Amino acid sequence: MAIKNIDTTAKQLVLTVQDYSVFAWRAMGNLFRPPVYWTDFLVQSDIIGVGSASIVLLSGFFTGGVLALQSSATLSAFGAIAMTGRFVSLTMIRELGAVLTGVMVSGRNASSMASELGSMVVTEQIDAMRALGVDPMRKLVTPRIYACIAMLFFLTIVADAFGILGGGAVQVFMNHQNGTQYFSMAWESLRFPDIVQGLVKPLFFGYIIASIGCFYGMRTTGGTQGVGRSTIQAVVTSSVLIIFVDFLLTRALLALFA
Amino acid sequence: MMESEDGPLTPAPAVASPPAHDGAVVAFSGVSIAFDGPPVLEEIGFSVAPGETRILLGPAGVGKSVLLKLVNGLLRPDQGSIRLFGREIARMPEEGLFPLRTRTGMVFQEGALFDSLSVRDNVAYQLIQERVPDEEIDRRVRDTLRFVELEETFSLFPSSLSGGMRRRVAIARALIRQPELLLYDSPTGGLDPVTSTTIIELIVKERDVYKTPSILVTHRLQDAFTLCTHRFDAEENRMVPLPEGQTDPQTTFLMLAEGRMIFDGSLHQLLRSENAFVREFLQ
Repeated sequence: MAIKNIDTTAKQLVLTVQDYSVFAWRAMGNLFRPPVYWTDFLVQSDIIGVGSASIVLLSGFFTGGVLALQSSATLSAFGAIAMTGRFVSLTMIRELGAVLTGVMVSGRNASSMASELGSMVVTEQIDAMRALGVDPMRKLVTPRIYACIAMLFFLTIVADAFGILGGGAVQVFMNHQNGTQYFSMAWESLRFPDIVQGLVKPLFFGYIIASIGCFYGMRTTGGTQGVGRSTIQAVVTSSVLIIFVDFLLTRALLALFA
Repeated sequence: MMESEDGPLTPAPAVASPPAHDGAVVAFSGVSIAFDGPPVLEEIGFSVAPGETRILLGPAGVGKSVLLKLVNGLLRPDQGSIRLFGREIARMPEEGLFPLRTRTGMVFQEGALFDSLSVRDNVAYQLIQERVPDEEIDRRVRDTLRFVELEETFSLFPSSLSGGMRRRVAIARALIRQPELLLYDSPTGGLDPVTSTTIIELIVKERDVYKTPSILVTHRLQDAFTLCTHRFDAEENRMVPLPEGQTDPQTTFLMLAEGRMIFDGSLHQLLRSENAFVREFLQ
């Protein structure tokens, strides 16, 4: 019995991965064949980008502040408190800016995509759209994926900037360090590979958030309860995938720039 | 299985698929479909001729909506042939189906209006996708809403409409491009008798004014018989009964039971059917 359960679960997992791959591939490929719904792309960019700006800004600012608080306490033991700026900027730009933004946007947008599309599925709006001769993949999924990729890129830059600013605020107002020293250390320590690492990751994370959110939304079954289930699956899967892909990307990029 | 006074009531063998009319709008032949279990529909065959209205009867859960979704390719059969406007669609890729679907209009069970769009944008959905100028969209939407007698809802949102009004807006959305085939999925389901009659009157009006071929799914015999025994009087702008004993010759019946097509014929044939399941259903 247990073997049978494992067998069934494994098959379902493989089938889900296969379905997701086909789904994500189709959604990406739609950009290169008309019709392309640019208006929907702009609308989604507004919802994802402008809509998420405040939470990304605040979380970036306070994470930078926490990094400064924690690192300055440790660095002061070695008389290296002046290095705090370098520590905060490298951590934010290489790692935390992208991951934090990814997880925040995942919580906000993967869930909203899954619940919105899921509700449309259970109320037959997706079928109605198909019956009206409009491809829901092109109309609903493709614009969300490209908008999320583009917006996560810019949101990560915002999170990086506000993280460094938050660290600076802590250093100046709480640790009474010289602001010029903090910001010059933060700036001078940055190298081209650090920037590349920080800006390549959000492209992958944006793709994960939107494709997972739409995938679970579009395969919703079981009424309103199913919509809730899809929403949870979308947030959990995309958050875990972001961390996992971050690990793979960090390994690959470090090897590339070694 | 249903029971009758005479004992267990088993549906009679499926009726043989009638030969498709030349130039049939829809033609099913040997169509079967299953979803992770026993077949929902088995060896279904029927056709819809130009100008014909086919009323699909059957108890709830028998596969009527599934059959309707097979007609425009929203679902794919496991086997059999489905011809829509003369083209085989059973194995047609999704991309190829979209142009064919724009030639059909479908009214879903609960209306399936886009709740984030206004009535105007719902009704004009196809026209907006086709980038028709706004002035023309407004004119055509108003004309269509006038047809369903809901012109005042132009700028409202679906959430502020009653169930019956939502169905009428859904009918307007299906009609705006003057489709070559209409599919109604239980358009009166869940509505009170008065509102149901309003919807049926609208369907009769559409049938007699535009003469669009259609398939109407229902499990309500009263609605089916009203459709068959009434016509639309354009002068009086209302539905009137046909003379005693007369029925609309272009309105005929199909009946599903346990996944099989057990009846295909006129109202008179339906009432005289010896099939035990049909008789039980009519009672």
